[in-house]
Amino acid sequence: MSPLRNVRSWLDDRFGWDDLVAPLRKKTVPLHRLSYWYFLGGITLFLFVIQVLTGILLLLYYRPGANEAFESVQYIMTQVRFGWLVRSIHSWSANLMIFTAFAHMFSVLFLKAYRKPRELTWISGVLLLFLVMGFGFSGYLLPWNTLAFFATKVGTEITGQVPIVGKPMMIFLRGGEDVTGATLTRFFGFHVAVLPGLATLLVLLHLLLVQRLGISIPPKLEVQWTANPSAKREMKFFPNFMLREMMAWYVALGVLGALAAVFPWNLGVKADPFVSAPAGIKPEWYFLFMFQTLKLIPPKVWFIDGDVLGVLAFGLVGLLWILLPFFESDQPSRTKRWITGLAVFALAYMAGMSVYGLLAK
Amino acid sequence: MATSDPGMTNPNDRLSAAVPRRRFVEVLLGGGFLATAAAFVYPVLRYLVPPKASDLGSDSVVAGRVGELKPNSGKIFRFGNRPGLLIRTATGEYRAMSATCTHLSCTVQYRDDLRQVWCACHNGKYDLNGRNISGPPPRPLEGFEVQVRGEEIFVRRRREA
Repeated sequence: MSPLRNVRSWLDDRFGWDDLVAPLRKKTVPLHRLSYWYFLGGITLFLFVIQVLTGILLLLYYRPGANEAFESVQYIMTQVRFGWLVRSIHSWSANLMIFTAFAHMFSVLFLKAYRKPRELTWISGVLLLFLVMGFGFSGYLLPWNTLAFFATKVGTEITGQVPIVGKPMMIFLRGGEDVTGATLTRFFGFHVAVLPGLATLLVLLHLLLVQRLGISIPPKLEVQWTANPSAKREMKFFPNFMLREMMAWYVALGVLGALAAVFPWNLGVKADPFVSAPAGIKPEWYFLFMFQTLKLIPPKVWFIDGDVLGVLAFGLVGLLWILLPFFESDQPSRTKRWITGLAVFALAYMAGMSVYGLLAK
Repeated sequence: MATSDPGMTNPNDRLSAAVPRRRFVEVLLGGGFLATAAAFVYPVLRYLVPPKASDLGSDSVVAGRVGELKPNSGKIFRFGNRPGLLIRTATGEYRAMSATCTHLSCTVQYRDDLRQVWCACHNGKYDLNGRNISGPPPRPLEGFEVQVRGEEIFVRRRREA
């Protein structure tokens, strides 16, 4: 027996290893012309792992605190060997991960994979997307530069607009009335402890559900394959799909490495609470559509403050987004067209507003 | 044995007496658990709310020196732990106001080309009295009193009427 086999049989004797991995062996992936969209979740997971690894590396030198944070990132980027690369990879991978998470969500929407029985997979996925944006928001402040300072000021102020609970939430987030070093300390804690813990739990739940429920088939195909089972095409997950997925990861790694090396991430200017916000200040691209919307809402709509209205509207949309599967039909032959319409609208709105926000002065 | 107990003749009586006793223990235990949970949760909740920052200090600060600002320019000064904006208008007058935008609290600046106060974050504009005149700001900037005493420009909070 080879040593590897020995180890396996040893584990199998102890706790029934083979039974444990048996479901993975049986796992299949449906094959059709849209199968490549199935790679996106895996790529997002891969980038998440990169975030964890590069995040741990950054933790070795980063120091939270208003007097040290900027300097420590500067130190990482100028003194520590390959520090610039590690930080650049962390920043780029964060952005790519948010992009692939959004792409994954829209692919699930358009392929209608959120339908019964996968409601909980959808909910955990949307919550993960919100968490990922929370990672982006909290991590953005950590270098303590001017852009980050004002982005955090505006972002937390937006939270403060929510009626009743807003103000206490804002103070909780900021660690006081204003954005100060106390905010940095809190955001650091959220970014490296609270959010990773929650995200790990949710990722495990998400994967468990995907494993348990199998991979969804687009409704049209589901109808065809149910009527004519011989038309069904599928691929084994291990090793066939997994190897293809790993090729996708390799491509993602290549893109990431190229971006990080060719366009190293900037550090900017150290934050100073007593300077004006610089002209042309904008949030990160994934918050741009909300930023631009808030900019366009007039100060007063009827008797409500424009911002309060904007924040409540986004909150409501977020909540409905989580509950979306419950509006869908159980029957694959009778899926709701308006949900697809809504998805097209949401995508167009987000893309349009982002481009508008990017170009607007 | 129930029958040998002198005070208990019917076993059913004993049972009915036991039920409130069990209930009593349940309430005692449940209440104890709730009290324990509260004893943990309350301090944690209080811990999460940061202590109030100490007072802003005095109501009056030196915002700048005479001659520091050219006509039609402005500067940010520290007013306690918040930023303030001192402006010298084109006619040479001094004006002071809070520099925290009433929209989403970015720090505003004086634009000499517009002769207005401008917030870079969401393109809000105020006139030289701090009144919101365009863009998203919902309220005017808080105005401060300016006094020139010798070489120093003092700024103080307006007294509430």
